[in-house]
Amino acid sequence: MHQMTLAGIAAALTAGEFSSEEVTRYLLARIEQLDPQLNSFITVTPEVALAQAKAADQRRAAGDAGPLTGVPIAHKDIFCTNGVRTSCGSRMLDNFTAPYDATVVARCQAAGLVMLGKTNMDEFAMGSSNETSYYGPVRNPWHTDAVPGGSSGGSAAAVAARLVPAATGTDTGGSIRQPAALCGITGLKPTYGRVSRYGMIAFASSLDQGGPMARSAEDCALLLQSMAGFDQRDSTSVDRPVPDYRAHLNDDIRGLRIGIPSEYFGDGLDPAVGAVIERAIDEFKQLGAETVPVSLPNTALAVPTYYVIAPAECSSNLSRFDGVRFGYRCDAPHNLEDLYKRSRGEGFGSEVKRRIMIGTYALSAGYYDAYYLKAQQARRLIRDDFTQALTQCDLIVGPTAPTVAFNIGEKFDDPVTMYLSDIYTIAVNLAGLPGMSLPAGFVGGRPVGLQLVGRDFDEARLLNVAHRFQQHSDWHLQTPTQFA
Amino acid sequence: MSDNDNSYSWESLWEVVIGLEIHAQLATQSKIFSGAATAYGAEPNRQACAVDLGLPGVLPVLNAAAVQMAIKFGLAVDAEVSRRSVFARKNYFYPDLPKGYQISQYELPVVATGHLDIDLDDGSSKRIGVTRAHLEEDAGKSLHEDFQGMTGIDLNRAGTPLLEIVSEPDLRSPREAVAYMKKLHALVRYLEICDGNMQEGSFRCDANVSVRPRGQTELGTRAEIKNLNSFRFVERAIEFEIARQITLIEGGGKVVQETRLYDADRGETRSMRAKEEANDYRYFPDPDLLPLEISEQDIEAVRATLPELPDAKRQRFVDQYGLSRYDAGVLTASRELADFYESVTASGCDPKLAANWTMGELAAALNRSGLEMSASPVSAALLSGMLARISDNTISGKIAKEVFEAMWAGEGDADTVIERKGLKQITDSSALEAIIDEIIAANPKQVEQYRGGKDKLFGFFVGQAMKATAGKANPAQLNELLKARLS
Repeated sequence: MHQMTLAGIAAALTAGEFSSEEVTRYLLARIEQLDPQLNSFITVTPEVALAQAKAADQRRAAGDAGPLTGVPIAHKDIFCTNGVRTSCGSRMLDNFTAPYDATVVARCQAAGLVMLGKTNMDEFAMGSSNETSYYGPVRNPWHTDAVPGGSSGGSAAAVAARLVPAATGTDTGGSIRQPAALCGITGLKPTYGRVSRYGMIAFASSLDQGGPMARSAEDCALLLQSMAGFDQRDSTSVDRPVPDYRAHLNDDIRGLRIGIPSEYFGDGLDPAVGAVIERAIDEFKQLGAETVPVSLPNTALAVPTYYVIAPAECSSNLSRFDGVRFGYRCDAPHNLEDLYKRSRGEGFGSEVKRRIMIGTYALSAGYYDAYYLKAQQARRLIRDDFTQALTQCDLIVGPTAPTVAFNIGEKFDDPVTMYLSDIYTIAVNLAGLPGMSLPAGFVGGRPVGLQLVGRDFDEARLLNVAHRFQQHSDWHLQTPTQFA
Repeated sequence: MSDNDNSYSWESLWEVVIGLEIHAQLATQSKIFSGAATAYGAEPNRQACAVDLGLPGVLPVLNAAAVQMAIKFGLAVDAEVSRRSVFARKNYFYPDLPKGYQISQYELPVVATGHLDIDLDDGSSKRIGVTRAHLEEDAGKSLHEDFQGMTGIDLNRAGTPLLEIVSEPDLRSPREAVAYMKKLHALVRYLEICDGNMQEGSFRCDANVSVRPRGQTELGTRAEIKNLNSFRFVERAIEFEIARQITLIEGGGKVVQETRLYDADRGETRSMRAKEEANDYRYFPDPDLLPLEISEQDIEAVRATLPELPDAKRQRFVDQYGLSRYDAGVLTASRELADFYESVTASGCDPKLAANWTMGELAAALNRSGLEMSASPVSAALLSGMLARISDNTISGKIAKEVFEAMWAGEGDADTVIERKGLKQITDSSALEAIIDEIIAANPKQVEQYRGGKDKLFGFFVGQAMKATAGKANPAQLNELLKARLS
């Protein structure tokens, strides 16, 4: 049963092969049994799950079921869930029970999806290895000494280990795509504004975007369908109809122009990973697509630009965690300043503090123009690169990450090397474009992810191309032995 | 002031430069970035929703009504309304600031340069520049009493829309500062964008004050006095601050750029924090809000809702009713008063008579009983009914005061009061002549003296006649008859 996809479970529920309660109980038991090896969940919510599953079964019996009613998923612990702890991977929110549902959570619930629990993540989504979580690192199901990537590492690992068929994630600088790549699953970061950010705890507001993580493009299409859409509570969400993402999954891709950016195949890319990507590109050619060489000349600016803008926004976004109204408060503060300093000093981990300091510095009087403003200019150049390239091709293809999963601890004390693991994904957030990662092979038994980048709101095309690829390959069907 | 004046006068040596930042709470139903209500006086934290509390994950959504009010203000001060303005975050930590930043506008405010004309004491008028006006959210309140060594936080006010109106440093005296503030206060109430309630903090002021030797063009170092919430405090705080700065400089000291607080009980300003300790607010565009785009149609739609503005109304009162500029200014100081006046004159009574009674007897009575115009027991209809009886000689102006008091006490309209109290003027010549004959007969000595050339005694006869008629004699008619009889 755990090998079934979202679409497969939905079909089985419709056919009456089993009930939502049955599949929910089965997966809860599997999480209980196997997750200790992975630590992919921060909170498992059996009561909520079973109540939702029973309600879903009743809806189905009453003939009121939608396509996903009764299908279990998990939410990244960055999404607020009414009545359930929402920790964001931080000691700061270890005691925080959200009094409301994020729009994504509410929409999934309205679709009848069942929440099994909240997945582990880098603290406040700041990290590329899931090592910064207050709840401990998540292990990669393919190799438990390896990281699952981050920040949506718990969601990626849980999906890869078949603990859940799909999970939500968020992507500020590769946080859906990089862990999807490292865990051998399929993940999609939608166009900025496609999915509401309301109730998604902010890291960098101009970059954050929620999206689906699943085992196939088809499942991503299904979950995205439930997540996407305009939300009047998020002023940056875009009021534009949501297409039927499954309708075009099988469209022919003959004649499709695939842009290959030379900058994504240069220094820094593990040659073995590069070879896997080349083979995937050949696969597209066999499906009738043609390749076009394109250039993204400002690629080298992406990481430095991101590490000004994202920390600047986070330094402000995280100011609300001050020990006054909710979250962690230090013991016996002797005055206001002490309350602030110790609550924040003890509540935040070192990576979060590092970024708050970088961001505070970048926004300071006298430095603003040199850093923040300059970074905004560079951001525009990066966006212009993509806009230009996407006039010559229909989508851009390259590696999601420069290497396969590295080992836990390997890069933890070297933040710059860690930051470079997001070199191919970060630019896509800066440009606001949709991006996707799908399994394309293995190097040394660890998965390699292929990245697709599309035009604004071209999610349907990315899903179509990924789906066609998955119909002609079985990389996405591979299962880590321990979790088969 | 002449040079040989013995008394010391600082005004001959120093020039005062004042700029005001006024915070007007906009009279929207809900907050600027959330759906919570803005009403004043609710139980602490009962009008603060998830957005106002700054809970993790919440996002601001701009209230269109606040934008319309800002546009309205911009049009009223003849300012340019920005087609594109940007919300920025002002970052600082304070317990009553839930998000750790205030959403405000920094580089691109919604209202750019405008102006406001104020009346000076000498009757002339002076144009004061309005540098800008921008939208922002109010903070909550820290409650330092009732918590035994701890501080309570009430976030009901958090997120209330504010329009911060910044003047140019064009004001040259505490009197000018107050005149400007009053003018602005009247304007926002005219526009119905702010209730102007200063006790509740709906309209409050920060004053930037500096002094410089007369003739110097360069500005002196300024101090900013925070949170002045009455006209009197503004005047007194600035007066104190001027004296403090001059004394300091004349004693060889230097003014430090700093924020000061006015202590109303002691009548002095005190240092809050020096600039070196001041926050670096790290302003940057709020990524949760798109730039505010205002179209020409938006502006025109708001323009269509603009009421007649105080200056225009004042001029019209001069032109239409023949009032003096001063009287027109008094009557148009508030929209309620102006509307009341126009309701009184609408019945066709003498506009000057109506002005005198509205500004005189009625204003005094309201003042005595501490009532607002809207709560006046004498309505415009009652007053105009009474004025009609003055005009048609049914009662004299003097008797009218008695009628007014009776109407104020709720004894009915003018006709009822006149009838019941028998206050109708005596206009019957034969009746008056009979009374005059009696007075002449009873006062032969005075008659003789008057006829002997002592004209002043005429008043004595008028008084006697009024006494005999209980004031009801028609004064003009009485004069005429008396003169004829005594000659």
